[in-house]
Amino acid sequence: MGKAEVVLISGASRGIGRFLAEHFLRKGSVVYGCSRSPVDWKRDRYFHHALDVANERQVNRLFSSIRRQQGHLDITINSAAIASMNHFLLMPIATAKKIVDTNLIGTFLICRESAKLMKKARYGRIINFSSIAVPLKIEGEAVYAASKSAVETLTCIIAREVAPYGITCNAIGPAPVKTDLLRGISAEKLGRLLERLSIKKFSTFEDIANLVDFLTAPASGSITGQVIYLGGP
Amino acid sequence: MTTQKIEKIIIQTLRDLIDSLSIKRPNKLTKETVLFGDGGILDSMGLVSLITDLEEKIEQEFNVSVILADDRALSQKMSPFRTIRSLSHYVFKLIKESDQDGKG
Repeated sequence: MGKAEVVLISGASRGIGRFLAEHFLRKGSVVYGCSRSPVDWKRDRYFHHALDVANERQVNRLFSSIRRQQGHLDITINSAAIASMNHFLLMPIATAKKIVDTNLIGTFLICRESAKLMKKARYGRIINFSSIAVPLKIEGEAVYAASKSAVETLTCIIAREVAPYGITCNAIGPAPVKTDLLRGISAEKLGRLLERLSIKKFSTFEDIANLVDFLTAPASGSITGQVIYLGGP
Repeated sequence: MTTQKIEKIIIQTLRDLIDSLSIKRPNKLTKETVLFGDGGILDSMGLVSLITDLEEKIEQEFNVSVILADDRALSQKMSPFRTIRSLSHYVFKLIKESDQDGKG
């Protein structure tokens, strides 16, 4: 391949997104990352944009940069997400809206602009993030799980709409991963949650990277509109 | 920037699209050419391609990033995507607004 693989990762400042950014950099890709705040680290071939994924103007600016600097985009990974565990009777509306904005609208916006750029090359791989909270219907995660449920539907319909352009769109639903999103959930609750999985353990960053590699491989062009849960629901 | 220049860009983008989709090209593409709807030369997927191709061309030409299918466009009684003329006027307006926002 003449041109370097270009990868966009939202939520790249920490957690799964950060790990995947490093993962693709090790493989020699050019990586664009974004998150709400700037990052205090630098890497060769890594370009960071501080933005709100639900802000159309800011997202457009990011895509203008990719278009100008690279001219193409091969892979998009939408890992930006926020969570707030709370009984739904106690969920503030502002928090609920923020969760939907980041998890659903942010994913939608980045998918839309990615597909516009990928369509030109008639090639692209989009990965969205769902959660095991969707099939397990975990109490305390009503809005978070509902936003991820919406991401699954979005993924499946986008998959149909971008198929004519050689683009695939899939979602990964990890089991709980030890990231900041789990902050505030008691060890006891996490233990009970893991008990409900087929494989009763946390997902690791490596588990996710393995699936990302599979779904983003050029040979995976026939795999689209799928939601794959790690650990099995 | 003039609406004439935008019309030219639209016509060129449309020509490229028609060739790539191998759809029947009308004898002449003019301001009055109907793009979409009754008697239009594009189907819905064709319109999607025209809009996204055009967004890219506008960015290249005028260095502004615009979203053509915005809320206003979709809610107008007379669709701005109906003819080359209506589309060029709409694009002109969006670029102007985007310039003003950039300065503001």
